[in-house]
Amino acid sequence: MNCAAIKQKLSAVGVEAISETEYARKGFALDVQVAPEQLVAAVSLLDAEGFFIEAVTGVDWLGEQAALRKETEAKVAAEAKAKADAATAAGEEPPPAEPVAEQGELPEDALEAVYDFNHYESFCRVTIRTRMPRSKPEVPSISQIYPGANWHERETHDFFGINFVGHPYLVPLLLPEDADFHPLLKDFRP
Amino acid sequence: MSAFVQSEANETFVLNLGPQHPATHGVLRVKLTMDGEYIVEAEPVLGYIHRMHEKMGENRTWAQFLPNTGRMDYLHALAFNHGYVAVVERAAGIEVPERAEYLRVITSELNRVSSHLLWFGAFILDLGGFSPLLYAFDDREHILDLLESVTGSRLTYCYFRFGGVYNDIDADFVAGARAFIKRLRDRMPMYHNLVTKNIILMKRLQDVGPISAEMCRKYGATGPVCRGSGINFDVRKHEPYSIYPEMDFDVPVYEHGDSMARYMVRMDEIEQSLRIVEQALDKLPEGPVMAEKVPKIIKPAKGDYYHAVETARGSFGVRVVSDGTNTPYRLKLRSPTFSNLSLYGEACRGMLLPDALALMGSLDLVIPEIDR
Repeated sequence: MNCAAIKQKLSAVGVEAISETEYARKGFALDVQVAPEQLVAAVSLLDAEGFFIEAVTGVDWLGEQAALRKETEAKVAAEAKAKADAATAAGEEPPPAEPVAEQGELPEDALEAVYDFNHYESFCRVTIRTRMPRSKPEVPSISQIYPGANWHERETHDFFGINFVGHPYLVPLLLPEDADFHPLLKDFRP
Repeated sequence: MSAFVQSEANETFVLNLGPQHPATHGVLRVKLTMDGEYIVEAEPVLGYIHRMHEKMGENRTWAQFLPNTGRMDYLHALAFNHGYVAVVERAAGIEVPERAEYLRVITSELNRVSSHLLWFGAFILDLGGFSPLLYAFDDREHILDLLESVTGSRLTYCYFRFGGVYNDIDADFVAGARAFIKRLRDRMPMYHNLVTKNIILMKRLQDVGPISAEMCRKYGATGPVCRGSGINFDVRKHEPYSIYPEMDFDVPVYEHGDSMARYMVRMDEIEQSLRIVEQALDKLPEGPVMAEKVPKIIKPAKGDYYHAVETARGSFGVRVVSDGTNTPYRLKLRSPTFSNLSLYGEACRGMLLPDALALMGSLDLVIPEIDR
């Protein structure tokens, strides 16, 4: 078994994106992006190939869309300015400023669940990511495939409020039993 | 056994173990559903010493988080130091001088020995033997003195820095380490004669708490737990980091999967760690212990990075997500005992209560690392 073969098999499952990363730079070999619906299929494949589960965690991407838009706007503005400067330098009348394109509402920010897998024999560390909208963070549970995911998913639910659909016992693990807050969300205020 | 078969109408009762209990080595609570002396179900309850290190990481600069790493696994703090500095060095592209890498390996292997010695004493204490603890602590004291002389602290070390280590070792340390290696090698046969070959210990551990290789895989168990189940997995060999590729050492693997196998793995690992320290002291190069061009303010490039190290209890991984600023955007700490303990509920089903405590001891739990 090698990483290239795993990559091929994962592509066949219908993942959104898959790339081989430079291990020395990143610390993992395969970076896989899946839609929540494909997650169980992808994880079942890793299970069949003999991977073990390292961890499940989350990342809150609050503010990512606003930052992306700002970046795009800055790029457009810089291009327009460069055009105008070039025209002035050539002794021409600078073209009239283009009206700023009306942009719709910002798309919703995402919560990301990150799954780390590793293999006891082969040198292939696989990271699976799946994104879900912040307002409805739902992803299927993989604790039926890997019982070890049970605790990891409970912990991720504690910290991010991600709802692992199908989890047998989604109650706080590390936080107090009556905790109704999710401290690793970026908009959490104690 | 047939005498104990009971009808379903028989009542079970719930027994609370911990959070204050000497056998749990910290504040771990286990809710046991008992059928007489036998365990029907065990549910570990965590979080009594949860401090949210991951949130703390998002609220301070990359360097300010360093002392936190020593306060998770207080028995092998240097490995946790190592995991964190290594991932930040990977993210920020910081080169580490060779001598510093040697010092990291020497100190963290000594620390591993001290962790195993403490586990050895405490484990036998759990099983009812008091005196091995005193012998083990006597030996461990020598390591603590050595490490104190170079790191400045005795337990919660913060010795590694981005790009090197904080302090160089001197001739006294080298002499002391060599003397200690000799001393412990002389004493290991005594440990084996006193404890390993003791018939009471054998009866308490052999065939008790079997964990299969498949179970290790499904729960993500690493370290001595998986090596006691016949899986040859050690991050130092599997994903070599630092100067481990240059060191000649073996990975002890036992097939049987019972508590005795895990006991033997750790006892053998003490000798392997001593071998690594000895070789590293022999080969120790001259040179600086800190890289020269380490920026005062670290700002790793955008992206996420992972680094795993082998601690005394298994694979400790740090995933950092950087947004290019001077604080981590996200910091995930994958602690080994968290995964190792998660198989406890399944492993001790149907066991006698005293055997379940032997199994718990053989997992080598460090609660602050589980709860983080």
